[in-house]
Amino acid sequence: DPQRTAFLLRKQWTLYSVTPLYRFSDARLRDYARLLSAFIAAEKQKGLAVEVGVELDIKVSVSSLPDLKGSDQDQAAILVQLSSRSAASSKNSEEKLIWSGWFCCVSGDDLSENVPEEFTCLPLFLANGGESYTSIVGSWFQKTFDCCFRRLAISPLNLSWMAAMWTGCKVDKTASAMELVFSVPRLPQPLNISYAIHPEDAKALWDTVQKTPGEITQEEVDVFMDCLYSHFHRHFKIHLSATKLVKVSTAIASAHCDGIIKFLQSQYLTGVLMLLTELAISQIQ
Amino acid sequence: HLATSLPLPSERDHLRPRIDLIAFMIDIKSKYSLKNVEASLAHVDANFFLGKVCFLVTGVGRVNYCSVEMNAIWKLGEVYCSPVLFCELELEGIRVATAQRLLRMLRICAGHVPGVSALSFGSLMRHSADD
Repeated sequence: DPQRTAFLLRKQWTLYSVTPLYRFSDARLRDYARLLSAFIAAEKQKGLAVEVGVELDIKVSVSSLPDLKGSDQDQAAILVQLSSRSAASSKNSEEKLIWSGWFCCVSGDDLSENVPEEFTCLPLFLANGGESYTSIVGSWFQKTFDCCFRRLAISPLNLSWMAAMWTGCKVDKTASAMELVFSVPRLPQPLNISYAIHPEDAKALWDTVQKTPGEITQEEVDVFMDCLYSHFHRHFKIHLSATKLVKVSTAIASAHCDGIIKFLQSQYLTGVLMLLTELAISQIQ
Repeated sequence: HLATSLPLPSERDHLRPRIDLIAFMIDIKSKYSLKNVEASLAHVDANFFLGKVCFLVTGVGRVNYCSVEMNAIWKLGEVYCSPVLFCELELEGIRVATAQRLLRMLRICAGHVPGVSALSFGSLMRHSADD
């Protein structure tokens, strides 16, 4: 149901890989919200709180997103949200969402098939909001479920896969340009090269490269990228293949090598999550 | 002797000493370096591939900077019957160890180690890599 997951689109999510959670139960979400809320309050007392100035009353909600899974074996996604209400004003004042984070697993059979009973596999974690809140929520989960969070970086190799895969996707409305950003190494001043390609040209190129619809091989991705690189070299005499691909933006989604993703189409949300789940699982193993 | 690509300039051919070992360096962070090595391989006489060529892959410390697929490199080693060595240039210990390793290989390729030929050593290295 696209409406229910619409709030996940067009936001910048920072990616983490999470090891399986020990003795996590999706029947106890209300309890977890209460415990997390108490933990945050305690951290605030210790002076580790985040907002200077206004005293914020943080409300925690933990819920399940049953639509976000790949196969029936996947654990349904779990959403954690922190909202604030200014303690000074009355109960009627608006609640403002200040931080969101969600755990998910899309087609993570590789991992879930190999863990003992008491463990829950939710290898991908996405966070939006202040880094300090991410750290507090992360610590609570790590302490409570004996799991480990690690930033998920995306290699240039994986980014090129995303560029090829997402270019091939059909979009209804006029798609935005495909943009690739490269970082040039070993220069005294950092230099980024942005290469924008008309989405129809990119799709036309990909369609000539891809042999079997629905299947992508490493060779096809290489040919696709090489064509883009040669085209650029012909015009600018710069070998993009000697630089580092750091960001890929298409109409479907945009991804940055530091492990930052933005979903732009609800239709392809699960597809992108499947790819990210795979990356998270390989980082864990 | 260091070169960014092959073939070497022909002007200095008569001054050049005999070449005993060619180490092709591939930077895993640069697709361009792989393409460059592939193009240079075409200029190497077939006799060198009897134990006098090796591939040195650098930049392997940081998995997340990978721009070259490992399968492509293994395939290169297989097709050209030459060993693939790994090195992280930024770490002094590994740099020194790799340099020593290359030096030992060079001694064998130059015929300075009695009883061991470049060809026998090369096939020894390849079989141990398969394990």
